[in-house]
Amino acid sequence: MKQESVILLLLGVFFGFIGVVYWGWGHEDGGGIMLLGAFLLGMLPGFYYLWWYRKSGGNRPEDRDDATVADGAGVVDAFPSTSIWPFVLGSGCFFIVLALTFGTWLLVPGVGLLLSALIGATAESRRGGNV
Amino acid sequence: MTDLIERPSTEAVPGHGAPTHGDDDHAHGGDHEHHGPSGILKWLTSTDHKVIGINYTVTSIVMMVIGGAFAEVIRAQLVSPTNTLVTFQQYNQLFTMHGSVMIYLFVGPFAFAGLANYLVPLQVGAPDMAFPRLNALSYWLYLSGSITMLLGFFVTGGPAAFGWVGYAPLTSAINAPGAGPDLWIGALMLTGFSAIFSGVNLIATIFYLRAPGMTLFRMPIFTWNMLVTGILILLAFPVLTAGLVMLYCDRHFGTHIFEVQGGGVPLLWQHIFWFWGHPEVYILALPFFGMVTEVIPTFSRKPLFGYKGMVFATLTIAALSLGVWAHHMFTTGAVLLPFFSIMSLLIAVPTGIKIFNWIGTMWGGNLVFSTAMLMAIGFVVTFLIGGITGIYLASPPLDFFTHDTYFVIAHFHSVVMALTLGAFAGIYFWFPKITGKMLHEGWGKAQFWLLFIGTQVFTVPLYIVGLHGMPRRMAVYPNNPSWQNLNEWSSVGALMIGISTLLFVVNVIQAYRKPIPAGDNPWDASTLEWFTSSPPPHHNFVSLPPIRSERPVWDYNHPDAPALAHGHHETATPPAAPAEQEAHA
Ligand code: HEM
Ligand SMILES: [Cu+2]
Repeated sequence: MKQESVILLLLGVFFGFIGVVYWGWGHEDGGGIMLLGAFLLGMLPGFYYLWWYRKSGGNRPEDRDDATVADGAGVVDAFPSTSIWPFVLGSGCFFIVLALTFGTWLLVPGVGLLLSALIGATAESRRGGNV
Repeated sequence: MTDLIERPSTEAVPGHGAPTHGDDDHAHGGDHEHHGPSGILKWLTSTDHKVIGINYTVTSIVMMVIGGAFAEVIRAQLVSPTNTLVTFQQYNQLFTMHGSVMIYLFVGPFAFAGLANYLVPLQVGAPDMAFPRLNALSYWLYLSGSITMLLGFFVTGGPAAFGWVGYAPLTSAINAPGAGPDLWIGALMLTGFSAIFSGVNLIATIFYLRAPGMTLFRMPIFTWNMLVTGILILLAFPVLTAGLVMLYCDRHFGTHIFEVQGGGVPLLWQHIFWFWGHPEVYILALPFFGMVTEVIPTFSRKPLFGYKGMVFATLTIAALSLGVWAHHMFTTGAVLLPFFSIMSLLIAVPTGIKIFNWIGTMWGGNLVFSTAMLMAIGFVVTFLIGGITGIYLASPPLDFFTHDTYFVIAHFHSVVMALTLGAFAGIYFWFPKITGKMLHEGWGKAQFWLLFIGTQVFTVPLYIVGLHGMPRRMAVYPNNPSWQNLNEWSSVGALMIGISTLLFVVNVIQAYRKPIPAGDNPWDASTLEWFTSSPPPHHNFVSLPPIRSERPVWDYNHPDAPALAHGHHETATPPAAPAEQEAHA
């Protein structure tokens, strides 16, 4: 996890740097703000992973050069093998976007599908399963 | 249905053959057997990254054919200066939809969600993507976005006609009334979220689901590139989505963010669009860089030359790509020319490193000219042409001269046609893994030559006619000397490209009609996906080899060949030396 965090932090620092140069030189706000966003998108997860690495005390088997297959054995996680809810949720979003063009009445099926998918997927997660 | 997945606990033993033969009964600690639904229900409910990856790949290739058909009509219109095949308005719609379908619906999704979805979990030794249901949602958003985009052809007024970049004020409610433009906006929102979710999934999978011993610096370069692509997606796509929301508000809720009349700033759209748009260029390109970086060493029978350099170049390209957006806006007269020019020229350095490394990998290798390898070489050559002409454009004085001419069209078609060649390099390389069947090399090579030569015949005349000043986005053009002739040649090239695609379809059909079994590792390739069966079982691996270098399957299959016949070129990638390796994280 350390290398992962370093990559994100380095990218963030770089974006911060060019953000300062860009804004200081040209005073163009739009680009300055977007580079600020990029800076934060590097720093926040970067520091989170660093914190997580410190807290969990060192390297995982996948971070170690000498780890063997046995080191990583055991349960990875529960994975859903099938689920209808992504399809239902996607259809809901489809109708909502069509409502932007063809009229608000399409929000009825759209939001309906969206809500049922959120409930369905949450219930499914309770029974075990990844997002 | 959920399965509790365990990692294989057995290490495959060298010399005992790969214990992976497609049958997953005793695959995961025996706690489940996979009796999923079949047929259409399987397609609707699957969260298996392999099924989703195939869905993405097939859908995006269909989009390539649709976008290609639009291109053929455009090229047919342009064979003579005052052709009347389509009206001016239809022409505007055609190039808008051609660009939009190709960029938003073909290259990107093919690369960062099609093959990547299929391959990244396999390459890092994971049972699936980190968030399988989110992954399925990505696909449904992408599919509905594609349908939304194409719906534009069926509404009064037709689809959007303001170009794939949708510059203000062309997109305002007055200049672009009707449903088509709204559908374009909606489609980009859907595909935008789909991309963001794919990015999240790629990063989480690579950060959290690698097999033991698969350190970051042992990951295959393709996976590295997908990690960086994922990061770029998260940096860039939210900006575009925010811009689209503003645009929709301008059109319908009376805001004036991009409209001068109400105190808005049209140029802001260009800043937002290209802040997404230039990183998008690399979101599109990096996956293909990754694909050819797997293909070239395999068919050069050598380890990759300069692994670390490749990783470094990829990260540098990604970093720089966020600081170059306004090179698309040089001619507005309102951007910091030196800043953007310097940053743009700098990108040539890491890109040059990559090209150098690809050549270094082939140098002195035992080259095998399979279709995949030919496509990869075609990619490098064509990308080089596009890259070099891009360096010209990064220089403001030259850009002032060529902006909005066919020179620009030719430049980026060299790039995107290179990506298309890269896409076929990937398809020919991994088709055996994905289907368990081989594609026919003869058909493949015929396709390659048509596609490669067709690409040059299509683009070279456009460079020339662009330097003569022919403007882009025009249904008719002045009958200047040689302009018609050059345009005819370009259309011949387009036709060759079209026919090459048909050859591919024939090839796939014959692969299913007369199947030739592929085996687990037909190319003697070296990354983890070649260890498992073809196609891989549900949740991918029955056992794993020890991972002691970035070529674990090679190490496993060639235990007594630690040093390869490569001479002096692989300073950065010594073959595995299992025992001596120290942990240095
Ligand atoms: C058979 C292959 C292709 C042909 C013959 C072709 C042809 C053309 C032509 C002639 C134009 C200029 C239209 C004009 O400005 O009047 C154009 C524009 C464009 N093409 Fe292609 N193209 C092909 C493949 C691709 C691919 C693979 C991509 C992207 C992945 C792509 C993306 C674009 C874009 C973004 C535009 C600009 C549209 C605009 O001006 O808004 N094309 N194409
Ligand atoms: Cu650019």
